[in-house]
Amino acid sequence: MKSPSTFTVYRWELRKLRAQKRTYLGIGAAILVPMAFTIAVALRPGEPRDVPFGRYIHQTGLAIPLVMLLFGSIWFFPLITALVAGDIVANEDQNGTMKTILTRSVERTQVFFGKVLAAFTYAFIAVVISAGFALVAGLFVSGYNPLTSLSGQVVSANEGLSLVGASVAVYMIPILAIASIALMLSTVTRNSAAAVVGTLMFSLILQLVVIIPGLGGLKPYLLSTQFNAWQGLLRTPIDWDPIIRAAWVSSAYAIPALLIALVVFLRRDVTGG
Amino acid sequence: MTSGPPVEVRGLTKQYGDITAVDGVDLTVEAGDVFGYLGPNGAGKTTSMRMMLGLIRPTAGEVKLFGKDPQESISALTGVAGFVEAPRFYPYLDAKTNLELLAALDGDGANGRIPEVLDIVELTDRAKDKVGGYSHGMRQRLGIAASLLRKPKLLMLDEPATGLDPAGMRDMRLLIKRLASEGITVLLSSHLLAEVEDVCDRVAIIRKGKIAYQGQLSQLRKEAGLSYSLRTTDDTAARKVLDSFTAVTDVAASDDGTLRFHPADESAVAQLSGQLTAAGAMIIELAPRSATLEELFFELTEGES
Ligand SMILES: Nc1ncnc2c1ncn2[C@@H]1O[C@H](COP(=O)(O)OP(=O)(O)O)[C@@H](O)[C@H]1O
Ligand SMILES: [Mg+2]
Repeated sequence: MKSPSTFTVYRWELRKLRAQKRTYLGIGAAILVPMAFTIAVALRPGEPRDVPFGRYIHQTGLAIPLVMLLFGSIWFFPLITALVAGDIVANEDQNGTMKTILTRSVERTQVFFGKVLAAFTYAFIAVVISAGFALVAGLFVSGYNPLTSLSGQVVSANEGLSLVGASVAVYMIPILAIASIALMLSTVTRNSAAAVVGTLMFSLILQLVVIIPGLGGLKPYLLSTQFNAWQGLLRTPIDWDPIIRAAWVSSAYAIPALLIALVVFLRRDVTGG
Repeated sequence: MTSGPPVEVRGLTKQYGDITAVDGVDLTVEAGDVFGYLGPNGAGKTTSMRMMLGLIRPTAGEVKLFGKDPQESISALTGVAGFVEAPRFYPYLDAKTNLELLAALDGDGANGRIPEVLDIVELTDRAKDKVGGYSHGMRQRLGIAASLLRKPKLLMLDEPATGLDPAGMRDMRLLIKRLASEGITVLLSSHLLAEVEDVCDRVAIIRKGKIAYQGQLSQLRKEAGLSYSLRTTDDTAARKVLDSFTAVTDVAASDDGTLRFHPADESAVAQLSGQLTAAGAMIIELAPRSATLEELFFELTEGES
């Protein structure tokens, strides 16, 4: 007899996400926040000069998604990511459906990885949608014009567009680590509110750590710092160091979190429901 | 492909901190049995069934379903279906989609059986409604439908009639009988003997995590028949005699003054009649009676008086 694949579990996890309000809450915010941000840019004469690309937001729409990525890393994108990743295991406990799905023909490992993939997929889609809306709204407000890189070189609008795309891709690295931490908290606490809030607290506390005297040296190894790695792409020549560091630092957060979650998920007693 | 009886449980134990929810349970369900798993609330029925379905880890002991351990691989649940406590579904999906999801997790062409199982539990008309709006009885039926998707050879149902109205209970009983007649082995738990009496052929009675009785229901009935009732001219004197007579156990008085007891054997009854007369309690009635199963069940589970 052929057992169902992990891909089948994954597909049905996505199907469940499509039927839940929470999913649309996240996607809705992913659309509305960049729109509101762009409208504010259009209406106000000034610009946020203290952040990279802040000064160019009136010159080119390409700068707007980049500034969004910067501001969004503080709590907006971690929140959207955690909204689903923090719920995806815990909601089975809260609905009492854990026992329902674990008495069919799929191994617990398959259920777990189906959920991990679904949470990753959602985070990916939410960030892409958000950046996409920021880009389209930005182009509408500030035009499709050349972009000035962090090294001061002007790159063509077309090249700038691909760099924005690549930046969003690099941004996914720490996003997936945040999703992994949310999944761990979801599995361990069995409570989605606790997991969402916990993930957010974790990401905020990391940003505060560097303010503590003597701990500034930790900065390159904090997950929050990896949200700036994409800026390496916007230098000439491209600086790969922060991107490579983002890859391994984020993995150092994500892999242990997923392993802990997996072990807890495999060993746990399903007593509720 | 399979070897061993549908359910074989040895020394099964589950400890929750200080509470021993299940305490060294041995249980065998043979192919074709309709097996009643009886015990009052909190006796450990659900906990043992969760272990049988691989949902929780035994503290000690083991479960084999058709020879396979559900702790080792989900493949032990091949041909096995059921639910513990109330069946649960995704409230935001309709019944049909819930079943499609579970069928996808079953594989083996389960998806093609959805119309048929919805029909069996008479939910076809409501298949497109969100389960969140379902009544308890409808969810219970959907739980059966979800189990039947797996074409089970062994069906484990934990108090499936609990919370149903009388009509729902009857339907549930008829459905279980029908499934059993189709050759499905059924393990059915209940805290009410009456609920399983006319469905089950074998029973186990669990009390405080331990098996108090296991065997044929007919054998249990026979044991129940060993009870006697006694009416005399002097209830107090009769009671004294019964209490001091060692060949008699489980003495109890009913409201109308009738005394009940278990004699060790028939000669104990004969001896007793002599002693009663000597004590001045003249016998009005001394008769073997078939105690109801309720009484026996109560004695086994609530202990001696
Ligand atoms: N998750 C749990 N944590 C602690 N105690 C539990 C848990 N589940 C059940 N118990 C205890 O184990 C005993 C058996 O419960 P249960 O198996 O639900 O009995 P039944 O199904 O026969 O009513 C009860 O005393 C119950 O309180
Ligand atoms: Mg129970």
